[in-house]
Amino acid sequence: MDFIFEPWPWFVGGPLIALSLVLYFYFGKNFGTSTDFETLCTMAGAGKFSDYFKKDWKERDYGLMFALGLVIGGIIASNFLIPDQTVNLNPKSVQELTEIGFLNVGNQYFPDEIFSNEAVFSLKGFLILVFSGLMIGFGTRYAGGCTSGHAITGLSSLQFPSLLAVIGFFIGGIIAAWFIIPTIF
Amino acid sequence: MKNIKFLLLGIFFAIVLSKSQAISWFRFYEMFRFQSFHMFGIIGGAVVISAFFMQLFKRGIIKDTQGNLIKPKEKEKGFVRTIVGGTFFGIGWGISGACAGPIFVILGFKFLPALILLISALIGAFIYGLLSKKLPN
Repeated sequence: MDFIFEPWPWFVGGPLIALSLVLYFYFGKNFGTSTDFETLCTMAGAGKFSDYFKKDWKERDYGLMFALGLVIGGIIASNFLIPDQTVNLNPKSVQELTEIGFLNVGNQYFPDEIFSNEAVFSLKGFLILVFSGLMIGFGTRYAGGCTSGHAITGLSSLQFPSLLAVIGFFIGGIIAAWFIIPTIF
Repeated sequence: MKNIKFLLLGIFFAIVLSKSQAISWFRFYEMFRFQSFHMFGIIGGAVVISAFFMQLFKRGIIKDTQGNLIKPKEKEKGFVRTIVGGTFFGIGWGISGACAGPIFVILGFKFLPALILLISALIGAFIYGLLSKKLPN
């Protein structure tokens, strides 16, 4: 039972992610999470503003069930399966983040500097989240997929557009981690 | 309830991501700073094993529950859309430490910030939908 409560190494996580993808396809659907953003837009009535969203969301209800499962799984994991959220980081990462003012680096999954109520209710913290969310939602639909759809499904099925998209993901992530984060904190 | 299997799969996937720390902001910071193998191992491992199964799908050795050949959707081609869209996505991912799936999972950890991320991402997807015909491919 101890295994359940300890952090899982990469060679457990990676294969189980692959298993999730295989089951998703085995159930007859295309694996990818960011399509659900579109489906949720359609449900919220976005079809009134753009033909792009004039689709039958009921044909994609499996994706919404999957997304609901993600939320339930997150609640289960956070409450029952992770007694200790310490992340065993590279000391260099800890040092860098501490130097730009992060406290308790790696003591939990999410830094208070972005995810605490205090941060969320500050103008800066709120704008950080809104800006990130806009970039994620816009970017993934423009690129045609996210980490699951492009990086895992697309790369493993040897699709060239996915390679370009993943290169883009890393250009963006490097810009964020090397330039934006040290600037805004 | 034909979709109950997707609900269960979502729960499973969320637990896998949570337990392997693949939703932790710090893990993505480390990844984009190239200071740890952990996330590369997870994503790379998932890709390599999936690639093996993709070959089995392609050859019809594994079919879906209906007995149909499994064929991943072809991604839309276009240099600008994939590179620029990907870069935008990467910036959002790099700052918030959340990509599409984990946003839903993080709702179970840090509800309010994840909800702001989700609503903003939906608005972002909506803006893309409005502009989709005008943007370069």
